[in-house]
Amino acid sequence: MKINVLYFAQLREKFGIGEESIVAPGSVHTVRDLIAHLSTRGGVWAQTFDGSQAFRVAMNQEMIELDTPLVEGAELAIFRPVTGG
Amino acid sequence: MTAQSTPRLSVAVQSADFDLGHEYSALLAHDRGIGAIVAFVGTVRDLNLADDVVALELEHYPGMTEKSLRKILDAAVERWSLQGARIVHRIGKMCPGDQIVLVLTASAHRGDAYEANNFIMDYLKTEAPFWKKEWTPEGPRWIEARDSDDKAAARWK
Repeated sequence: MKINVLYFAQLREKFGIGEESIVAPGSVHTVRDLIAHLSTRGGVWAQTFDGSQAFRVAMNQEMIELDTPLVEGAELAIFRPVTGG
Repeated sequence: MTAQSTPRLSVAVQSADFDLGHEYSALLAHDRGIGAIVAFVGTVRDLNLADDVVALELEHYPGMTEKSLRKILDAAVERWSLQGARIVHRIGKMCPGDQIVLVLTASAHRGDAYEANNFIMDYLKTEAPFWKKEWTPEGPRWIEARDSDDKAAARWK
């Protein structure tokens, strides 16, 4: 499955990348699976997704939960909780 | 008394400053059913967590930001009787004293405008994809979300 992933703010700086196209293995069905897949990169990826820090996910510009099934070709954004206003 | 018209809702995400008087007049114009307008303006403080803040930088998620602000206004209209509402949120670099955000709500009676305004700000702070970075003399740091903001938004559920 092909997913376009965006990172904002702290995560963009930490990962040193704002956007990437990921071809996820067949075992990836939900957002949670994709996060686990990203964690296997180790380093800042594993550290960010080790459960110690809160993060939010939006798919096609709508906030979603970790168990939401991924949609082929989706725009997925991962970021720390928002701080506007 | 004419039948209630569709509320006038609009959002703007911009780097430019906004003019409260101009925004207020634009919302009030053409609607004689308005009896109350509540305006909230958020500004940049020079002190946060006991450090000097020299500048504030606001990042956002273009596309989703506008959609989420619009959704918050739609939710407000579902709950309160509003003639109109507008959100202006700035992005980019700002200095202490600068305006960051404007929320205007207009209704026939003040209760709706007051409550809807509060609701919109509470949801904006927890749902709209904006991130603040503070610049202090020691360098930049991202602001962390606060539990009190989540609690403030939860009270409307």
